[in-house]
Amino acid sequence: MKKIIFGIAFILFFSFMVISALNMRPFGEPVFSEMDDYFIGNAQVETGANNVVTSIVFDYRGFDTLGEATVLFTAVVGIVALFRRVSK
Amino acid sequence: MIDNFHFIVVIIFIGLGIYTLMFKKNLIKIAIGVCLIENGANLFLITLGYKKGAVAPIYTYAPSGQSMVLPTPQALTLTSIVIGIATTALILSIAMMIYKHYGTLDTDQVRRLRG
Amino acid sequence: MKQMSKIVRTITNLVYGFIIIFGFYVIVHGHLTPGGGFQGGAIAASAFALLLVSYGSLITKKFLKKEFLSITENTGLTVFIVLAFLGLGITFFYNFLANTGGWFGNTAAIGPNSGDMNTGGVIPLMNIAVGLEVLSALGVIVLVMASGAEFTKKKENS
Repeated sequence: MKKIIFGIAFILFFSFMVISALNMRPFGEPVFSEMDDYFIGNAQVETGANNVVTSIVFDYRGFDTLGEATVLFTAVVGIVALFRRVSK
Repeated sequence: MIDNFHFIVVIIFIGLGIYTLMFKKNLIKIAIGVCLIENGANLFLITLGYKKGAVAPIYTYAPSGQSMVLPTPQALTLTSIVIGIATTALILSIAMMIYKHYGTLDTDQVRRLRG
Repeated sequence: MKQMSKIVRTITNLVYGFIIIFGFYVIVHGHLTPGGGFQGGAIAASAFALLLVSYGSLITKKFLKKEFLSITENTGLTVFIVLAFLGLGITFFYNFLANTGGWFGNTAAIGPNSGDMNTGGVIPLMNIAVGLEVLSALGVIVLVMASGAEFTKKKENS
């Protein structure tokens, strides 16, 4: 009984995703690219690095990298706290 | 329809991940399903930024006179991959502690809270 | 975990140094070639996983200590935050070393060029800090889970 309800819900969800994947924009033609044109044109002049992706990750959007380093640090703290042996 | 082949691969990833999450009982298989959904989302984020006939956005030894792929989705995917590592490590550690406490990894038998 | 055979141990002895050097190469050249802090840190942490698989967890725990890796991880994150605060005269996370004449301060030629290592501003320093942090974090995760696997196996033996 539970499996039949799960099966119907899964088939409905999967058909919704298939219909929306066939109606997307054609692959390889992005419409909105003004911000990326500015990044490609001005990254060498302002930061001096040849790699545009690294200069976005560490210079233009450095705050997201700070949040990601904090997430990794918190995960390590959680795993070490989980495996601590309580000595009696 | 054959033009959108890349999006069909993405929904195969996410569909298999959700099937594993709903229909399987072992805790390790559920962890694999979570990892599959996360990797499908990362793949979708990268395929949104492609231009036809363009090269990678790096200026060292670049071929001259060609346009470049959009670099912003690649920067966001880097962050998402690292968060996927943290999630998978934590769910596997919790599965190890459940095995030590209950003796089994079946989700039908770990339902009652034991002191 | 048990040891593997003698062939696997000999190949590990030969290959281990090259993997760590390749990881540091990808970290330091992050502003010229594809790569950077996170990618190079993951490559160098796979050398620790290779050591753990081929020698067993009892011998590896004497070689890689958890306290040393924990100090390295704290150092990496602290240096990253201090570098972010040093440009606070104009804004947070300002690149205060780019296009000046000092350390990592040359200007890059516009258009496709062949890559000068001395450019980039504060980006190579941030790459090294984040690379150290990711290497130590993944090493600590792998070591703690391997030594916890012996600890959780007692229930099936008793």
